[in-house]
Amino acid sequence: MIEIRGLYKKYGKNEVLKGVDLAIEEKKIVAVLGPNGSGKTTFIKSILGMVLPSKGDIIMEGKSIKKEWKYRNNIDYLPQIANFPNNLTVKELINMIKDLRQKKSADDGALVELFKLEPFLNKKLGNLSGGTKQKVNILLTFMFDSPIIILDEPTSGLDPISLIRLKELIDTEKKKGKTIIITSHIMNFVEEVADEIVFLLEGKIYFKGSISELKEKTNQPDFEHAIASILTQSYA
Amino acid sequence: MLKILKYSFYDLMRSRWSYVYFVFYLVLGFVLLFLNNNVSKAVITLMNVIIILVPLIGTIFGVMYYYNSKEFTGLLLAQPIKRSLIFLGQYLGVALSLSMSLIIGLGIPFILYGIFRSDAIWDFSLLLITGTFLTLIFTALSFNIALSNENRIKGFGYAILLWLFMAVIYDGIFLMSLMIFEDYPLDTFSLTATMFNPIDLSRVLILLKLDISALMGYTGALFQKFFGTNFGMFLSIGILILWVVIPAWFIERKANRKDF
Amino acid sequence: MLAGKSVPAKTIEVCKKCTYSEIGKAVEAANDYDTVLVRKGTYKEVNILIDKPLVLKGENYPVIDGELKGEIITITSDDVTVDGLFIINVGTSYTVDYAAVRVIKSKNFLIQNLVLEKLFFGIYLEKSENGRVYHNNIIGDAEEEYNSGNGIQLWYSKNIEIEQNIISHVRDGIYLEFADDCIIKNNISSNNVRYGLHFMFSNNDIYSNNTFENNGAGVAVMFSKEIKMYNNVFRDNWGSAAYGMLLKEINDSEIMGNTFQENTVGINIEGSNRITYSNNDFIRNGWAIKSRGACYANLFTENNFLYNSFDLSYNSKLNDNKFEKNYWSNYAGYDLDKDGIGDVPYRPVKLFSYVVNRTPEAIILLRSLFTDIIDFSEKVSPVFTPDNLLDIQPKMKQIVHDRN
Repeated sequence: MIEIRGLYKKYGKNEVLKGVDLAIEEKKIVAVLGPNGSGKTTFIKSILGMVLPSKGDIIMEGKSIKKEWKYRNNIDYLPQIANFPNNLTVKELINMIKDLRQKKSADDGALVELFKLEPFLNKKLGNLSGGTKQKVNILLTFMFDSPIIILDEPTSGLDPISLIRLKELIDTEKKKGKTIIITSHIMNFVEEVADEIVFLLEGKIYFKGSISELKEKTNQPDFEHAIASILTQSYA
Repeated sequence: MLKILKYSFYDLMRSRWSYVYFVFYLVLGFVLLFLNNNVSKAVITLMNVIIILVPLIGTIFGVMYYYNSKEFTGLLLAQPIKRSLIFLGQYLGVALSLSMSLIIGLGIPFILYGIFRSDAIWDFSLLLITGTFLTLIFTALSFNIALSNENRIKGFGYAILLWLFMAVIYDGIFLMSLMIFEDYPLDTFSLTATMFNPIDLSRVLILLKLDISALMGYTGALFQKFFGTNFGMFLSIGILILWVVIPAWFIERKANRKDF
Repeated sequence: MLAGKSVPAKTIEVCKKCTYSEIGKAVEAANDYDTVLVRKGTYKEVNILIDKPLVLKGENYPVIDGELKGEIITITSDDVTVDGLFIINVGTSYTVDYAAVRVIKSKNFLIQNLVLEKLFFGIYLEKSENGRVYHNNIIGDAEEEYNSGNGIQLWYSKNIEIEQNIISHVRDGIYLEFADDCIIKNNISSNNVRYGLHFMFSNNDIYSNNTFENNGAGVAVMFSKEIKMYNNVFRDNWGSAAYGMLLKEINDSEIMGNTFQENTVGINIEGSNRITYSNNDFIRNGWAIKSRGACYANLFTENNFLYNSFDLSYNSKLNDNKFEKNYWSNYAGYDLDKDGIGDVPYRPVKLFSYVVNRTPEAIILLRSLFTDIIDFSEKVSPVFTPDNLLDIQPKMKQIVHDRN
């Protein structure tokens, strides 16, 4: 259970989060949606402790995460842009992250197989294409068995087959009873995987609930239109 | 932190720039020694190089590494690692790999030339020590600059400015003020002003070896104490350590308060 | 004299159980040209007066202890030899210059193999001629200038040879005033409170192969002419008023083959003319040469200037001295025609040395990039330094001197 209490974040004069209160239940897939600049990434980074809130608190397992770092052992995070030290090889990077997390049980072998990364293992990261880097990125995220998974735009740069693999992965993880937080622009993808939607608009939660609830609220037959209607309403 | 240090270090040890830097010193060492065939002259030339070039490379390399590894830093930040340790580890990784290039790059030609059998060995070791200090100091300062400036053009600009200020402008102002206030006792002022610039401080540390005869020509009691005894050497090294510790502490502070 | 010639010279022994147990008594009793042989032992005596030609010789270094009461040996006769004594505790006074051995108005003397300790003045020659001071060891315990004396002092003396003496911890190691035609050779004068060698109003002297080390103010040569200084070593003289050598009002002299190493100032020159400086080595001095003005028609040639903080400092815009064919380790020129001479002249005076003359504290900026820049701009277009002050034939390689 992740509890977010009255979260505010200001960058200089620019107020990005204006009081977010949210409880993310365990074993659910939550999609955080919103237009560009609505504060999705800031929100996720706050949970990870990369962004320090101006006000408010985040409680994980009953403890505030302020000035803590050990709780990140329970989180697997997929960053939006996959950029790694150019001089390391894929294999070295995998070993390094394993080493840093001090977890013996990592499932990298199966994932290498799944994403066909075998031929790249001894190549330097600097020489990989964007898509391959994203695969490595995904591999690094899913190779550990942590109760919380945060995915920031996981679909970017993936070919259709890999996209299917990713969905399968998310599905498997869900079945293992994990809490998964996703941001994405691809509505199909969200609709397919998410149990619950959190819609951020101008730094506040505009909507929270299941997709069917959203459709009901906006009187729209499908998910994409429902989102669009929120946006047109808010900009009107 | 040691793990971060290890990986940053490995990363840098494989980068082209480390080799360029290393090879530069290697070539410089060989050229100085085997063209001049004279250790004393080589040491003096090296001193000029170290005092000017090492801070410049340290600053630019530090800033460059920070900006280039930003995304990777992001990845590390999401790992269960204490934040300040990530940055201190990266800082030390950069500073130590630069220092290694310096020490090994210059060490090889000098050892081949037979520095161990020469009485310039102390001058040479002192050069390497101050070179290492300058690397540690200027890399730390550059990390501070990079941490405070998201915009990398700005960051590079400030880094170059910092170097220019410390290497040239500071001494210009220093000399002007000495000449303007020449009617007053100035030895306290000049020693203090030296402490506030690590490049000057390192230079003075080397002067203690190379030019002690000239330094003893000035009558001020403080000068006499500073240059005539070990006091100057110990004080200079002490202050140089402060010059490393304080900026490093600022890195930690800045890192803990920054959003990524 | 007549009596002395008729009686053959004999040897008078001095020892505790001999006929003479005191040196003074034995000397008194001796005839001209006798030998007084002092056996090993300690003799507490002062004011031994040698007023006749005599050999006073010690065997196995007998000790003469003056118990700080005054002068020990005074020689007033020609043809005296003093040899092999260990003299200690010369009296100190603010009014009388007590010496261990004093020679007054005498000729043809030889003072050798003495060891002098705890002394005021060591060997003091006044108005004497044709003597030799050889192989003595003078070890003082001087700490201040005002209450100490000199090791070997010459006053109005001529034709004296001072050779192979070792002098330390006195005021001036060797002091010459109105002493002409002297030769000072192979001495070591070190750790003295003031000067290793001090020269005033003394002409036509030669000093060669001496070592002057770590003296309070180095060596001073003043108000003299036709001095020849060959192959001496001046080393480790540090301090605000310390010089390897201080030249003041010296004319028509030669300074050749000397080594000036690690002094605050190698040579400090004031009002000295027509001096040739050749084949000297200036190594790691603060200032190799400091010219304080009024120096004309001097020639500096074939010297090595090695790693000095400053090669040359001038305090005027005028230059009447010549620098030719020296080797300068700071020279950065090239030699395209491969004749061993640099194709670009070398400017030995840096602008920064003027700055340091004016503001001594600025020395702390030595070797900084900023001073290098101002030196460079001055080199390109001289504004403050004499335009003609340059070595137009700088050597490309260190000069190997032929010294004998």
